[in-house]
Amino acid sequence: MTNDRKLPLYEVFVRSRRGLDHKHVGSLHAEDGAQALKYARDCYTRRSEGVSIWVVRSSEIVASQEEDAASFFDPSDDKPYRHATHYRLPKAVKNL
Amino acid sequence: MTEYRLSGAELEAAFQTRVDDERRIEPKDWMPDAYRKNLVRQISQHAHSEIIGMQPEGNWITRAPTLKRKMILLAKVQDEGGHGLYLYSAAETLGASREDMIEALHQGRAKYASIFNYPTLTWADIGMIGWLVDGAAIVNQISLQRTSYGPYSRAMIRICKEESFHQRQGFEILMALAAGSEAQKAMAQDALNRWWWPTLMMFGPHDSESAHSAQSMQWKIKRKSNDELRQDFVDQTVPQADFLGLKIPDPELRWNEDRGHYDFGEIDWDEFWTVVSGNGLCNRERLARHRKAHQDGKWVREAMRAYEEKRRARAA
Amino acid sequence: MTGRRAHGRGHPGRAAALFEFALALGDDALVLGQRLSEWCGNAPFLEEDLALANVALDCIGRANLFYRYAAELDGEGRNADQLAFLRGSREYRNLLICELPIGDFAFTMARQAMVDTFNLPYLKRLARSTDPRIAAIAAKAAKESRYHLQRSREWVLRLAGGTGESRAKIQSAFDALWGYCPEMFEMTSGETALLKSGVSVDRAAMKADWERAMKAVLAEAALEAPEGKWTISGGRNGLHTEHHGYLLAEMQSVQRAWPGLEW
Ligand SMILES: [Fe+2]
Ligand SMILES: [Fe+2]
Repeated sequence: MTNDRKLPLYEVFVRSRRGLDHKHVGSLHAEDGAQALKYARDCYTRRSEGVSIWVVRSSEIVASQEEDAASFFDPSDDKPYRHATHYRLPKAVKNL
Repeated sequence: MTEYRLSGAELEAAFQTRVDDERRIEPKDWMPDAYRKNLVRQISQHAHSEIIGMQPEGNWITRAPTLKRKMILLAKVQDEGGHGLYLYSAAETLGASREDMIEALHQGRAKYASIFNYPTLTWADIGMIGWLVDGAAIVNQISLQRTSYGPYSRAMIRICKEESFHQRQGFEILMALAAGSEAQKAMAQDALNRWWWPTLMMFGPHDSESAHSAQSMQWKIKRKSNDELRQDFVDQTVPQADFLGLKIPDPELRWNEDRGHYDFGEIDWDEFWTVVSGNGLCNRERLARHRKAHQDGKWVREAMRAYEEKRRARAA
Repeated sequence: MTGRRAHGRGHPGRAAALFEFALALGDDALVLGQRLSEWCGNAPFLEEDLALANVALDCIGRANLFYRYAAELDGEGRNADQLAFLRGSREYRNLLICELPIGDFAFTMARQAMVDTFNLPYLKRLARSTDPRIAAIAAKAAKESRYHLQRSREWVLRLAGGTGESRAKIQSAFDALWGYCPEMFEMTSGETALLKSGVSVDRAAMKADWERAMKAVLAEAALEAPEGKWTISGGRNGLHTEHHGYLLAEMQSVQRAWPGLEW
């Protein structure tokens, strides 16, 4: 596009209710964080979907790489003992 | 960290297995180039449709006949802009930039839904677009909630939640007209006569003629074929027309007990291709208007950028 | 508008004044909302398009509330839509600044900044009106206007501090609009009458604060404050610009072409 430089991309996270985590909902373009926050309000919470918004410049996100997924996540695959469902309890035992 | 490199064929097989198992493909996953290209084409076309689709309805915001209708229509058209935004976002996760997508639209390399090349001539058209056009879009979008690409699928889920309001507001407009004066009923019928066939065309050519269909189905970028979706739409819409007391302009339309579906007449494919190839009533105006708004906004976008750069320079 | 048989609470003069008061506030909001809605699909970029539509929706929503209240007080028994769609230009009471065509983005934002800078403190005061309906509408509207003002103020700074082109545009927008602002501080006789009972707000008394606030923004933006050598007003008396008739003709076209129907 003829010297129409790209506006930075921001990722938008919305907390839909108090007590819940912020959840990624999409992205938008804005010049700075303050503007991104306002646009997030106008673009992603038109039906009072949120009580709190985070915006993060997409380029600032450090993401795990898919090629590394094997070394990153597989090692925890063989640790079923970290999950509560790993333990069989007699029916008589309650509240555990 | 990668210990050994998988061959192209191995990667492709793993990819297809993931798709077959209904596991979503996410932005950083390996994917065939053609899958990426096809997706960008489909998602950006979908995004452009939402954006260009703002024009025919936007044409009536300043003329909506009551305060309530004005607010509803403005909110509705704004929603369509929001849908465009969600979809551009989804396409951007594939490395396409919004600027490039818009440029492709302006140069005619990217398409948008042909339905928006028809003019909105009366207020009844606004009802008709909500009921039929959004209705048809919903049928398509519901099936796309299960599309294989994660960000696209999530955008679709978001969009579907908002769409049902769109269709209902359209139907409500038509209910008011159907219960109104003879002139209002005639206005509604005239609008149905003009919008029915173009709406059926929204689902695209017959499966046998559709260029991208087979591969897209295998990749689960599309979940139902054009003809299946069209049939779904006809089946759900005919009873609604009956309820409104409007007559669908198709002499061949009748319930087929054996098939359990409505039979309907053949689309005028010459008209379809005329509009697709850029010669519908409004093709040129729609693009010209989008280009103009983009061009008129250029100095604003430049100002934002310059302001921010100065601020950063001062902070540094 | 004289000779209307006003009913409602209190003595007839008060109801008539209250009707006129609510009607004028509705007219301001509707006409500005109508103008802002023209941006839908035409804004400089998509995010701003959605944001502007939200401001327009706030305005039209506000108009609807004021009209509904006015309709309850109307001696002629009209409903909100009849008030909006069946009065002519001479009967409309909106401030002239609301009806001017949208111009370019700088013009739209300069107007918003001026109107929002007035509206926020005005509505905050009006939210303490002794008339509970007016107070409730104003309280809701004040919340919206706080956000509108943040936006318009930032845009003024951004355009002024952006490129030479944007700076020239925002400066000439302020120059073109400045003389329409004094009208915001004119009291109608009805408003003055309602002041004693605490229903209305003294607009005239807000002028100095508004000027201070505006000049502060202009100074921060390093823009020149217009000299204020001219003023134009008349909207409250139904004396409008030539643009107004077209705005109404478009807005009212369906209601006028098929009178008396439900839509
Ligand atoms: Fe949509
Ligand atoms: Fe829609």
